[in-house]
Amino acid sequence: MAPIDDVPKLVAKGAEAELFLQTLWFGKTVLAKRRAKKKYRPSELDESILEYRTIHEAEIIHRAKEAGVSTPIIYLVDVPRATIYMEYVEGRVVRRMLDELPEDKRLNLFHRIGVLVGKLHNKGIVHGDLTTSNMILTATDRIYFVDFGLAELSGEVEKRGVDLHLMKCMLMSTHYRYAEECFSSFLKGYQEVMGKEATAEIVRKIDEIERRGRYVSERENLEDDDNQPK
Amino acid sequence: MNKILCLGIESTADDLGVGIASSEGKILANKRSTYTPEKGGIHPREAARHHSAQIGSVLESALSKAEVEPKDINLVAFSQGPGMGPCLRTGATIARALAIYLDVPLVGVNHAVAHIEIGRLAAKAGDPLTLFVSGGNTIVTGYEAGRYRIFGETLDIPVGNCLDVFAREAGLPYPGAPELERRALEGKKFISLPYLVKGMDLSFSGLLTAALEKLRSGEERLEDLCMSLQEVAFSMLGEVTERALAHTKKPELLLTGGVAANRRLQSIMQMIAEEHGAKSYVVPMEYALDNGAMIAWTGILAYLNGVKTPVSESYIKPKWRLDEVEITWLQ
Repeated sequence: MAPIDDVPKLVAKGAEAELFLQTLWFGKTVLAKRRAKKKYRPSELDESILEYRTIHEAEIIHRAKEAGVSTPIIYLVDVPRATIYMEYVEGRVVRRMLDELPEDKRLNLFHRIGVLVGKLHNKGIVHGDLTTSNMILTATDRIYFVDFGLAELSGEVEKRGVDLHLMKCMLMSTHYRYAEECFSSFLKGYQEVMGKEATAEIVRKIDEIERRGRYVSERENLEDDDNQPK
Repeated sequence: MNKILCLGIESTADDLGVGIASSEGKILANKRSTYTPEKGGIHPREAARHHSAQIGSVLESALSKAEVEPKDINLVAFSQGPGMGPCLRTGATIARALAIYLDVPLVGVNHAVAHIEIGRLAAKAGDPLTLFVSGGNTIVTGYEAGRYRIFGETLDIPVGNCLDVFAREAGLPYPGAPELERRALEGKKFISLPYLVKGMDLSFSGLLTAALEKLRSGEERLEDLCMSLQEVAFSMLGEVTERALAHTKKPELLLTGGVAANRRLQSIMQMIAEEHGAKSYVVPMEYALDNGAMIAWTGILAYLNGVKTPVSESYIKPKWRLDEVEITWLQ
């Protein structure tokens, strides 16, 4: 293990991991993502979740680059400490800048995000946590995806559908004021990569997933006469 | 404004509840009669039959507990959904009849909103992130801009259903989940089971299937399986709740619904709240399970904010989602 020559500075604490800024090699500033042990779950379960997610995330961050999506460079994966050392991407978190953007810029941004997610899906990567908190826009106008903690390798329509469904839910709960326009702009970008047919299939899947959820009123007219006054 | 007394009827599933609440936020009565299936799970038609047979005595005991006469009631509320059609229909029929007979307004209440509101009332919580877990629901929610927004929910079966079905298949006495909790305390060995968190959503059906397979194989102690099933299910709930809490930065965390009675889940939620500097609240036991008091109280909140449900529009909504309801009483 390389020597760590300064004191790590905690810069962000999410639910799953802590992010530290520190100088690791050659005075380079790096970001250390350390997955936190959860004292509320049994240690056997905790360890297997941490180990699996650490290795897996590093692998997928690398694969995403092959897909043509900007992600941080990985310097070191320290499995026993559930820590990934990676490039520190400077820029603004998309979630925090959306409200300030004029509508056309916002839609354009979602169009680009759609293209990137399409590229991921096209290479068999399902992100698993597509939120605007996990996307950074750099000063050079590149969108980085920085968190692949819940990503998996899969080409299943079902999983892609869940991915986009989660994106939609995130928009509805966090950016509800302009969720629908943003999502349709996102889908246009997605379609540019995935093609019309595949996109239509996934949109049908999203509808199916939404109906499958518990207590969905759209489902009523497909079912029995439960909704009739009696 | 004069004090309002609301009589609330809950009948979404196996519990028939009648509660009486006042506009001052007092619960004057909370009576319940529970349908117990002879075997298997809840049969909606049988449960509905139980409700119509028992409503007279539950209504009487609620009125006498509250020490009020029927004529003192100014408002009737009922659970309009989500839930089992025949059960909802029975409750709705009773509520309509009462409202017409007493000549008072009727309010249809969303069952999930009611679970949140009774938790907020009892815990004196303001704007909590809420984990609502029961035999019919698994939802992580919080108020934002006029609605309880859903941050995470089950993609298939609810966590309470997962625990209940496992308990039933393991031959534990009904209701299964409390007995499962007791057995889990004697669990020693952690058995690996599928842990399924997809973004902010959860899936329990694969977990249930895997646990049942281990049970049928006969290779594991039941106590170990109970413990492991609970730990995996609650760890999943913990992860999603924690992420929502970190994401929304709400100052309070509320645990509500029938599964909120589980001590292990309570302690997990408390740990998570502490970690994020939030206050942790658990709905009191008497309001954890489905109950009429929560319907009565939510009926008052809705009515005072201009919601009325004319009898002609009081049809049941078995699939009524939490996030479709406009929450006019919170800012």
